[in-house]
Amino acid sequence: MGIHHELNIKDHLGCFRDDEFVEMIKNKRANFENWVGQEAVNKVAEWTKSWEYRELNFKREAISINPAKACQPLGALFCGLGFEGALPFSHGSQGCVAYFRTHMARHFKEPVPMVSTSMTEDAAVFGGQNNLHEGLQNAIALYRPKMIAMNTTCMAEVIGDDLNSFINNAREKGLIPQDFPIVFAHTPSFVGSHILGYDLQMKSILQQMTDYFEKYGVDNIDKYDENGEFYANGGLLAWLEQNKANAQAGGE
Amino acid sequence: MGIVVDKETAVKIIEDILSAYPTKAKKDRAKHMTAVAPGDTKCAPKSNIKTRPGVMTVRGCAYAGSKGVVWGPVKDMIHISHGPVGCGYYSRAGRRNYYIGTTGVDTFVTPHFTTDFQERDIVFGGDKKLTQAIKELEALFPLNRGITIQSECPIGLIGDDIEAVARNTSKEIGKPVVPVRCEGFRGVSQSLGHHIANDSMRDWVYEKGVKGQEIESSPYDVAIWGDYNIGGDAWATRKIIEKMGLRVITQWSGDGTLSEIANATKVKMLLVHCYRSSNYLARYFEEKFGIPWMEYNFFGPTQIFESMRKIASMFDDKIKERTEELIEKEYKPRLDRVIEKYRPRLEGKTVVLYVGGLRPRHIITAFEDLGMHVVATGYEFAHQDDYDRTLHYIDKNATIIVDDATAHELEELLRELKPDLMASGIKEKYQAQKMGVPFRQMHSWDYSGPYHGIEGFEIFARDVDMAVNGNVWKMMKAPWQAA
Repeated sequence: MGIHHELNIKDHLGCFRDDEFVEMIKNKRANFENWVGQEAVNKVAEWTKSWEYRELNFKREAISINPAKACQPLGALFCGLGFEGALPFSHGSQGCVAYFRTHMARHFKEPVPMVSTSMTEDAAVFGGQNNLHEGLQNAIALYRPKMIAMNTTCMAEVIGDDLNSFINNAREKGLIPQDFPIVFAHTPSFVGSHILGYDLQMKSILQQMTDYFEKYGVDNIDKYDENGEFYANGGLLAWLEQNKANAQAGGE
Repeated sequence: MGIVVDKETAVKIIEDILSAYPTKAKKDRAKHMTAVAPGDTKCAPKSNIKTRPGVMTVRGCAYAGSKGVVWGPVKDMIHISHGPVGCGYYSRAGRRNYYIGTTGVDTFVTPHFTTDFQERDIVFGGDKKLTQAIKELEALFPLNRGITIQSECPIGLIGDDIEAVARNTSKEIGKPVVPVRCEGFRGVSQSLGHHIANDSMRDWVYEKGVKGQEIESSPYDVAIWGDYNIGGDAWATRKIIEKMGLRVITQWSGDGTLSEIANATKVKMLLVHCYRSSNYLARYFEEKFGIPWMEYNFFGPTQIFESMRKIASMFDDKIKERTEELIEKEYKPRLDRVIEKYRPRLEGKTVVLYVGGLRPRHIITAFEDLGMHVVATGYEFAHQDDYDRTLHYIDKNATIIVDDATAHELEELLRELKPDLMASGIKEKYQAQKMGVPFRQMHSWDYSGPYHGIEGFEIFARDVDMAVNGNVWKMMKAPWQAA
């Protein structure tokens, strides 16, 4: 007999079946919950099996109950995860990413990396370009991905953020290396489902990476030395600092 | 055995962690990290401000705070995830708030109700669809006691008037309809969602004078405030409070009902567990109804007994005597047995503890009851008043405090401190396990629980022992051991 058995510890599966708890919860129902009572519940439960209820249920147009679909960005994340060294990157509110990572981690029992541009009220008003630019710099410096697979969420789509120009601006400003591979797909949650999100991200990876390889060659993506430093000459942080200094010098 | 560091080393670890950040982010993150030692008088990392983009934060959004935490557990109301399909899908049945009832007939916690926005709803607005949805819900689920509208991001951006819809439909169906402006882009974390949910309850339940079940008042009426019944926590708490001789007329909001929430205005005292998510309403009760509130902590024997005595001290001698008797005759012997069994197996082990806005400080002492040290902790979304409350719990060893930790920071902490246990959420779980660190989820109790109260501590001790002393960890080498 193991130590746990000696103490006879019962967790929620057993302990709430003890008489004391059963009685306590029964009293709560009877005295404080304004409950309709078992009879009324049985009556309605029986009615839900009727033809009348079936017709009523089929007639509904506005409310969805337990729909078997999620939203596009989840599919985009899933697609990005499949590529070695790729970091899924979501442009929008940060809660979305917390949900995707939770959902995927529960399902696959694996760590699920994804970063967010953490947009808040000010980004809703002024657009998310600043968030996206700083997000790219932080994510590349911290997690050293070989590729960033970017998608949008409904927030970024409703305010109309344009990923293509934002990314190009980041390259032009020298915030990220010219040849750092970033692919992007627009994946509003109010269109399609996670299936479409997967497809769109896959299409953009195939399309945009083909262009990338044509331009830079297939060996260009893995630029980290064995210590994980980017662009062997001093690492990415040094690259970023140097580039900023150059940009400032050029501007004056 | 994990490493217990002194303050100097802790400061150095923080510096190392920060060195990976680009200048701007480094400057910001440095303000969020601090090392505290016993005797310190200040614990003030920057908190409750915007997360830097791209750092992989653990935080969620206002919708998660409102739908997932505060409103979600109210079991006889229907909570509509108003907007696109995703938010409600991911948050469905995620928080394990247990309840008793027939799901889909008189209780509605686990199903996912959504208005499933399409492009046309974004373009033309969703108010008509919402009105229609509420009518359909009333027809299909006649035993519901009310409806809440949990807004997702687009609602605020396209300018829908859900308050007007709520007023109109409420008249039509004759039940409370509560609009909650908890769009995900609002605020910096879940915390604002808690606040918005508290405020919506104030404005649409208490200010509107919603009535609960008729009850005869007694001098011992209390409410369990801010306990969401994760794995049955609120029931384990209720059992203790009732045995002390008090009467719990409200569970807010785990296994709670609209009637109980409405009746909370009749209690003599609010017993606040999760201060972070429920203090807003508690303060309102104090101002508006003159009902006092007090914080308590039902994690681990030290805090349970202290809290029981603190609660009893607010009532008459009868309650005090009964509480003393309960502790000395029943609870203390029962938990001493648990400590006697498990403490020798856990003595001196270290923990990295990282969760939401309350539990880090509350659980530190539960680990100490088992002889374990918390070497690094922090909150996802706490405010300064939480950090002020944290300091007196830290009295054994130097502790690294990280506000709004990122995946990078947690990984480096594990690498440096090599703790015997990490206690955090599902997103961090497999990262830690892959590094060879045993893990327990401290949001959902890792599908176990309850962890509150007497039953709770027994289960907590058992689970921690299972994780830390699990044989599987002896059969693998962590990367730093192999080197």
